[in-house]
Amino acid sequence: MANIQDTIAKKFPAAAFAADNSAIPQITIDDANLHSLALCLRDDCGMDYLVTIVGVDHGQSLGAIYYLMSTTTHELCSVAVSTSNREHPYIHSVADVWHIAEIFEREVYDFFGIIFVNNPDMRRLFLSIDWKGFPLRKDYDDQDPKLNPISIESERQSDFTDVYVEKNGKVVKTERAIFQPDDFVVNIGPQHPATHGVLRFRTAVDGETIKKIDVYMGYIHRGVEKLCEKLNYPQTLHFLDRLDYFSGHNYHHCLCNLYEKAAGIEISRRAKVIRVLMDELARIASHCLFIGTYCMDLGATTMLFYTLRVREQILDIMEKTCGARMTFNYPCIGGVMQDLHEDFVKDVKALLAVLPANIKEYNKIFTGNVIAKNRMEGVGTLSREDAIAYGVTGPSGRASGWACDVRKTRPYSIYSELDFEECLATEGDSMARFKVRIAEMEQSARIIEQLIDNIPEGEYCVKVPKVLKLPAGQWFEMVEGCRGTFAIYLESDGGTKPARLKIAPPCLPLAAVVDHITQGSKIADLITIGGSLDYIVPDMDR
Amino acid sequence: MEVTCKSMPYEAFKDNEYIESLVKELQESGTNVVVGAFDKLINWGRSNSLWPLTFATSCCGIEFVSLGAARFDMARFGWEVARASPRQADFMMVAGTIVNRMVPVFRRLYDQLAEPKYVIACGSCAISGGPFRRSYHVAKGIEEIVPVDVFIPGCPPRPEAMIYGIMQLSRKLKVEKFFGGVNRQESREEFFKSHPIAADAD
Repeated sequence: MANIQDTIAKKFPAAAFAADNSAIPQITIDDANLHSLALCLRDDCGMDYLVTIVGVDHGQSLGAIYYLMSTTTHELCSVAVSTSNREHPYIHSVADVWHIAEIFEREVYDFFGIIFVNNPDMRRLFLSIDWKGFPLRKDYDDQDPKLNPISIESERQSDFTDVYVEKNGKVVKTERAIFQPDDFVVNIGPQHPATHGVLRFRTAVDGETIKKIDVYMGYIHRGVEKLCEKLNYPQTLHFLDRLDYFSGHNYHHCLCNLYEKAAGIEISRRAKVIRVLMDELARIASHCLFIGTYCMDLGATTMLFYTLRVREQILDIMEKTCGARMTFNYPCIGGVMQDLHEDFVKDVKALLAVLPANIKEYNKIFTGNVIAKNRMEGVGTLSREDAIAYGVTGPSGRASGWACDVRKTRPYSIYSELDFEECLATEGDSMARFKVRIAEMEQSARIIEQLIDNIPEGEYCVKVPKVLKLPAGQWFEMVEGCRGTFAIYLESDGGTKPARLKIAPPCLPLAAVVDHITQGSKIADLITIGGSLDYIVPDMDR
Repeated sequence: MEVTCKSMPYEAFKDNEYIESLVKELQESGTNVVVGAFDKLINWGRSNSLWPLTFATSCCGIEFVSLGAARFDMARFGWEVARASPRQADFMMVAGTIVNRMVPVFRRLYDQLAEPKYVIACGSCAISGGPFRRSYHVAKGIEEIVPVDVFIPGCPPRPEAMIYGIMQLSRKLKVEKFFGGVNRQESREEFFKSHPIAADAD
């Protein structure tokens, strides 16, 4: 990192360097130099992956913090920009440096009203076009039912998007049509079985060929980030079960790790092992459901019954220990909620005994099937460069050959001691994404095998203060969820509630890449591609 | 009259007073012998082939998938024909949170269901907004938007609870007077009279 600092300091004398509480170097820069700094970071310093953009409201000023990661050295760094103009906050866009910034900047605009100059698509993302106010600003009154009342009338639509450009030193608003004048636009969703939830695609088609997809989100936007600001630290945890409801354990793991680091709590090894065991069980269960629903999308309904058999077995194991089938709320600050059930080891061993036979069966029934091959091979190919530019992580990114597993790149908890392989493929098509997930189930089983006989004795939860106060500062933590890199940014003002809790879900980039990946495909392949990306809509909408 | 469903014993249902009061109210003015017999016949068919609309917004929808799979197997009760189009469905199981942006879509789906239609509010989000009640973008219960027949509490409800909930709906179907009153159209004005919040928004 030191040489990056040298490079930047030489080129940008205005840049200020600091480090946040997670020891991630932070570069503070003025808006005028942001774009050239971004280019320099990407091209000269290897920071080619934009993890997330965090919008912040500091009362007097609004700002954005860009978290960047290098795909070769796996170093993190952040760039902070702020503007003191609350009426017309302008920041220059970096959408041409990292593709995924386009949608991240839309998100910041939606929540904070910061306008990104030169972003080609400056529309609201989650909220409707007529929404009043910017909900994550501190002065937004979210309890006023009159401000944005619920309406049963369809929301207003526009075929145009705003683009803000600079002319003679002034920022001017221009309009750009989303589709070409003679495009034939078909609406898919939000109520459509193939969108895996409530996601909406406006699809321009030429015959059966897709020309462009305009993704509409927000049909399950629940405002979790704002809700967290009103709750104390332990109370914020339970929302994470309801984002990506398959990665509940992994997401909890992330936030608990973050709180524990911030509060200086050291948890017992037993708790760490239990957390990792639960993470990997959750991963197997999640991929099981993926295989089932994906095959169902492609017309092979029977597979659902085969895969849910294993999933139910895992849910039984979890239910005995956690007391719930889906929203577990199991890891807590200091460890886990309660000790493992006495049958846990026995049940997990029974699962491990049947899992290889099941995976073999899935491959036999589906993977080798000629119809499946024809529908999946070569469909929806995503190159490694595009996967990085669009921030497509998780199994979908690894299927394109990008080694982005946080368990390997930035090992947390006890993952560095474990022996497992990162599953990679080079094809980048739907079949590769499918196969990577099956391979990951085997690797997860391997991790569980290593740990199940070595669960150390000790306390499952250490003593934590009844009222948890975190020192003022900012933290950033990443884990590997079932669908990709999950990150959380926390800003504390020294109180018992988070001042800003930003959740960076893996599914938002997965949905954002749909337009790019489907261009030129047939409309029937949209189902194959969307299914193979395996996005969870409540996760992207939050 | 003991209204029960499949092989569930009557005593196993926990709200028999409610269904008894419903029966009493419906039969207050007596039942026509012929129409009553036809009602029984058609309700027997209707209550044994309830078709749900595939409508899931979040976590509860995954439990609904489990309900359809081999372990809980809702095909035992004739509910397995989940339809993707509201025009072919009998009832709508609202599995998940309904947010501001979804409300018009949800309302349109409800309007598209063919009469007689039923709504089950499944899970705490659909009932009251649940853990997201204080959010700026969440409807505080779907009862403000559409009339609800059965509430299933839980976050998410277990598949067993869902089975129990749909059984309650099919019990309700069994005592209805199909030829008498159920097969009616409630006008928009009538609906808004009983749902002032939706009327405000209109």
